[in-house]
Amino acid sequence: MEWITLVYLLSGVAFIIGLKRLSSPRTARSGNAIASLGMLIAIVATLLNQQIVEFWQIGVGVLVGGGLGAFFARTVQMTSMPQLVAVLNGFGGGASQLVAAAEFLRLTHRGDPIDLMTGTSIMLASIIGAVTLSGSFIAYAKLQGLKIIADRAVVFPGRHLVSALLLLATLGLGAMLVNDPSHGSLFLVMHLVAMVLGVLLVIAIGGADMPVVVALLNSYSGLAGAMAGFIIDNNALIITGALVGASGLILTKIMCKAMNRSIGNVIFGGFGAEGGGAGGGGPEGTIREVDAEGGAMLMAYANQVVIVPGYGLAVAQAQHVVRELADLLEKRGVEVKYAIHPVAGRMPGHMNVLLAEANVPYDKLWEMERINSEFDRTDVALVIGANDVVNPAARHDTSSPIYGMPILDVDNAANIIVMKRSMNPGFAGIQNELFFHEKTRMLFGDAKARLNDLVEELKQIE
Amino acid sequence: MMTTLIVIFVLASFVGFEVITKVPPQLHTPLMSGSNAISGIAIVGAMLTAGAGQDQVSSILGLVAVVLASTNVVGGFLVTDRMLQMFAGKKKGS
Repeated sequence: MEWITLVYLLSGVAFIIGLKRLSSPRTARSGNAIASLGMLIAIVATLLNQQIVEFWQIGVGVLVGGGLGAFFARTVQMTSMPQLVAVLNGFGGGASQLVAAAEFLRLTHRGDPIDLMTGTSIMLASIIGAVTLSGSFIAYAKLQGLKIIADRAVVFPGRHLVSALLLLATLGLGAMLVNDPSHGSLFLVMHLVAMVLGVLLVIAIGGADMPVVVALLNSYSGLAGAMAGFIIDNNALIITGALVGASGLILTKIMCKAMNRSIGNVIFGGFGAEGGGAGGGGPEGTIREVDAEGGAMLMAYANQVVIVPGYGLAVAQAQHVVRELADLLEKRGVEVKYAIHPVAGRMPGHMNVLLAEANVPYDKLWEMERINSEFDRTDVALVIGANDVVNPAARHDTSSPIYGMPILDVDNAANIIVMKRSMNPGFAGIQNELFFHEKTRMLFGDAKARLNDLVEELKQIE
Repeated sequence: MMTTLIVIFVLASFVGFEVITKVPPQLHTPLMSGSNAISGIAIVGAMLTAGAGQDQVSSILGLVAVVLASTNVVGGFLVTDRMLQMFAGKKKGS
């Protein structure tokens, strides 16, 4: 019995306890601390193990990486959390990919035979890790709005065929290498093909589908880690990889359900690229605008205001002003609630984090199922930078790309104020009939600036 | 040996499904960053490869993996803590 196996088991248990404590906001922080302790134990035990000979090199590596990680974690804005998670996913996947590559080279240089299971694990860890690495960085570029890649779905004719061929090629190369590992250069080609595949998979996915992609890449990084665990016979990697793989899959499933789409549809759909031009018609009608003064009046004398935050709120960094607005309304005796759609924002739970940063108490955040019955008795629904999640076409228009997606029924409110930068359609590329609804008033402009105007106007009203 | 590992993988997957289904939607972002940090356990594999001292190229690749994985671990845990601090700081309705 090797003592280190038991230590790794201890780490695995710490991770499970840590995740379990995430079931409540009260215990979650200590859970994270327990999990990080588990990680520390695993790292120290690994270093103490006599297999390690090059201590100081590794120490420098840990310092460099750890410093970089700490820098990211401290400086990132809450609105940019999806980008950070995407990058860290990529790093995790890349690490597993490199471990696989290093093991492959070590074994082939020594001329050792590679058995079927080890070989298969090496190839799978390489491929999944490579897809995670390149896919995550494309996701990062899209989320960050880097100009090198369009934010919406990039599609080209025959891309399904190309992706399928690349997948077959990389798997085929993997199988060949398991069979005969002497072709080192083919190993490199396999990595490159897998990385191109990762790029293609993510590049075809539009902005609004990003929550699914980030969750899926999360799952991949776990799977790659588990495969790396199979290579080096390490329980800690396998347990953890399975946990993270499961976590990413569950989140992916939840996100897909919230969009009424299958996972295949998200990955292979190229949703949001064709949608805009195809319809041509789309809803039309009169737009009714309102200014900050009128908007403030409507809300000031309401009994209940429901705020519907979307990605636009995050882009404008407007979470603190929203809180200020809500405080002013509550001081006037207005009931204020927040309606959170599961896919609002760019990653699961994105809106919750933003509003938590602005100190909005979490019992004011209402999930979709609970809040929808509330709109009937809501005087003003204030939609801030959300679009597809409040589009009534999802309920009745069978030709709409988002038909069947569960939405927030804001059109049941007595008045609707939509804050939006312009009339540009959302990421799904479709115009929203809510904007033409007779109860809707549009308040155009930067969300933060206009919310500030609303706050000022509210202060004027006695 | 390999079958034992597969058994561990499958059982851990089920544990993962059970535990993570209970995480409420409001904590999904910290769940992602936290589980992400945990997946940085690949650092153990990276250290073993980097430190085996048998093959120059392997050691270098392992070392790069150590850097990537430690970024993942430290960044992931710290940013999760930063978020959870905001959630934990508030009592209901205050």
